[in-house]
Amino acid sequence: MNQYALFLGCNIPVRVKQYDVSARMVLKELGVSLKDIRQFNCCGYPMRNTDPKSFLLSAVRNLALAEKAELDMLVLCQCCFGSLKKAQVLMAEEGDLQEQVRHLLAEEGLEYDGNVKIKHFLSVLYHDVGLDAIKQKIAMPYKKLNIATHYGCHVLRPSRVTEFDDPVSPTLIDALVKVTGAKSVDWALKLECCGAPVMGIDDDLSWNLTEKKLNDAKAAGAHYVCTACPYCHIQFDTVQQQMLLDNKKQDALLPAILYPQLLGLAMGLDGALLGISDNEIDISDVISFLNEE
Amino acid sequence: MVFDILLYISLGIFSLGLVVKVFFWFSRKIGYKSEAFTTSERLVAAVKGIAGIFFSLKIFTLLKVFIDILFQIHMLKENPLRWLMHILIIWGFILLLLMHALDDIITMKIFDDYYSTLNPYLCLRNVFGVIVIAGLSLAVWRRLIIRVPRMKSNAMDYYAIIILVVIIFSGILLEGMQIASPTVFSDMQEEYADLDEESDIQALESFWVKEYGLASAIVKEPFGQQEIEWGQELNEEYCASCHASNKWAFAGYATARMLRPVAVGLDNAGALTLLWYLHVLACLFGLAYLPFSKMFHVIATPVSLLANSVMSRETSSPANTITRQIIELDACTHCCTCSLHCSAMMASKARGNPYILPSEKMVILRDMVKGKKLTPAQHGAIVEGIYLCTNCDRCTVVCPSGINLKELWMSVREDLVQKQGSEPMMLSPFSLVRGLNRNLLSDEAYAKPLQETQKALAGEFDEITRADRTVVLQEEADKKWLLHSDDTDFSCCFGCQICTTVCPVVKNYENPAESLGLLPHQIMYCLGTGLTDAASGARMLWVCLTCYQCQEHCPQQVKVTDLLYELKNKAVQKLEN
Repeated sequence: MNQYALFLGCNIPVRVKQYDVSARMVLKELGVSLKDIRQFNCCGYPMRNTDPKSFLLSAVRNLALAEKAELDMLVLCQCCFGSLKKAQVLMAEEGDLQEQVRHLLAEEGLEYDGNVKIKHFLSVLYHDVGLDAIKQKIAMPYKKLNIATHYGCHVLRPSRVTEFDDPVSPTLIDALVKVTGAKSVDWALKLECCGAPVMGIDDDLSWNLTEKKLNDAKAAGAHYVCTACPYCHIQFDTVQQQMLLDNKKQDALLPAILYPQLLGLAMGLDGALLGISDNEIDISDVISFLNEE
Repeated sequence: MVFDILLYISLGIFSLGLVVKVFFWFSRKIGYKSEAFTTSERLVAAVKGIAGIFFSLKIFTLLKVFIDILFQIHMLKENPLRWLMHILIIWGFILLLLMHALDDIITMKIFDDYYSTLNPYLCLRNVFGVIVIAGLSLAVWRRLIIRVPRMKSNAMDYYAIIILVVIIFSGILLEGMQIASPTVFSDMQEEYADLDEESDIQALESFWVKEYGLASAIVKEPFGQQEIEWGQELNEEYCASCHASNKWAFAGYATARMLRPVAVGLDNAGALTLLWYLHVLACLFGLAYLPFSKMFHVIATPVSLLANSVMSRETSSPANTITRQIIELDACTHCCTCSLHCSAMMASKARGNPYILPSEKMVILRDMVKGKKLTPAQHGAIVEGIYLCTNCDRCTVVCPSGINLKELWMSVREDLVQKQGSEPMMLSPFSLVRGLNRNLLSDEAYAKPLQETQKALAGEFDEITRADRTVVLQEEADKKWLLHSDDTDFSCCFGCQICTTVCPVVKNYENPAESLGLLPHQIMYCLGTGLTDAASGARMLWVCLTCYQCQEHCPQQVKVTDLLYELKNKAVQKLEN
């Protein structure tokens, strides 16, 4: 199996450590090897609102570093993925900005020729590892567990850039959930934004969007919403927990589980190591859906 | 006598400096909470905090950190080369200080056979000196030769290297001159041997010239075998009991040999006194200036490491956090490890703003805390620098001085945005962490800078879009500002309004037009009709989720979301100019 340069981004190592740990665990089980490139910097996503040059230079430096290591990138975050893909598309065009970026990169002793593939963690599981290989590793499939799959905007759209899945009726994450034995429920707001991009800018809007999504998934019968992006996860987990505290409520609308946590448990990996207890909202109950084969 | 006076003066300045600096630790203000506490309240909080530690299990944590400080284990993990550099300098210097500079206070008390001219002391002094030189060479190599990117050097960094270089090299030169000096030889001869016969003196001198590095105006090489043997005998009888061979002082001996052709002249010209003053004054200047220089980190950094090991945001008094943050500014050695790993490093390069890099923020924060007036440009740059941060906490993880940079940024960031009022970086995902910590602020303080920023970025929006205002349409749409204009830009929009229909932000409001200024399709119309300023002032831009629903669904493949991004960039650029 291929080796990939693991791109963690800025949020995961501080705010969603369990995503890093659980993704590494399942990838190791599935024979995917990872290399950490310590020099990686911000993907550029948070700079897109304010400064195109900062965005592009940040993104392309990472691509150049991966290219130098002669590795394709495995990205865990939807927003990092979208930003890196966008940068790749932009760099294929000619222009002043591209010229400046190349020049500044050269000062760092780096160059970018466009020879690096950017893959999302889920794409690697689906396309490179394959559902069959995953299925063989499922030791304890779930029964009667309903999962609302949340794709995350920046892997799906703009589809011409991200090339992840069908932007209107995607199935990739649903298939990955089904392979664990869980049921993927249909829900109306599945492809909508989690609300994270405006968290800290317009919190009312952000909370409304999150609440609507969680309510919708719950009404569809889901036990958990399944994420594979630190921003979405922070929104559904950390921010939901804050909403509960602010509204002085006890019960969460719907807890969020990271896909590698969901998969890891079904593979028989240790829940404590998968960081199940690191989620703000308790998800320990998910274990009751597991069944010995 | 002169030495004593100079020593007491420099010790006086050093002590006074120390008192002043420690007073500043408790009196200077940093962060948005600092106005809430007076100096005396902070002193009391510190005493209580320290007392609490001594009567708890945390005392063991302190012991562990103390050992870490002695061997710099935190630095070894991060960068072995830097660790080697630092450990060579500090241990070489500390041993010189204890064994050589404080010989009559320490070494003599421990070893009753101590004589600076006897081994192992004679040799060890040179060994320690060479250890420091090895460390300094690594420092110079890192700062000046390999030029690590984003490792910036300022005057203080150069001072630290220069003062150590002057102390060590003047010491070696002084020793070399002492070895070579005929005056020193003749004084010693008179004091310890006191030979009467001129021929005896010459024999001893010849031996010292041949074997001990002495320069001489009287005797000249080559010497006869007998002469040297006789000299050696005299040396054994009168000198050897308290003076080992100068060859053991290998650095000084080598210097003496190099000085030999000019040593007699230098000696007559008073070079010994001059070098003695140079060495002593450099040491005493270093001591007196220590509290005011980068060298103060030898005190502040251990304090910062110890304080951080037992403090936490949840349990420590906010008064102590402020005090600790002032200490942390002194603890920063400007080693730039943080900037080498900063996630936002490329933004610093792209925007030409050094203050995005953590190490440079520390430099300017130190100035700000001192009350130094900043130029408006510097002020704008530091606010941007402190906000343009992905909060990845890498700086905090790698800092060898154990500075809790993430908490420092958080408290200073809030203070600055509250004072500045508006900062475009606030309307970006950089605000996530501020949002997650909103409970630390009042609702009003939380919302104010965001509102001010939106207002500043809206520009003339209200005026341009006044209902009774005549709209002047442009003949041709302005496309110059677009990142790339092609056949899928706004010109293709045929007004189906699907972008607005699928927008989750629009759906969130009962009266979206009022809440958002302009809806996505209206923004596209504005662009098509050349009303770019109206488009770039709409609130819609800053609450756009960038979820790309509009762009994905546009039947004309207009890059709606990308255009909104570019309008935001344009608005920020306009505000900055």
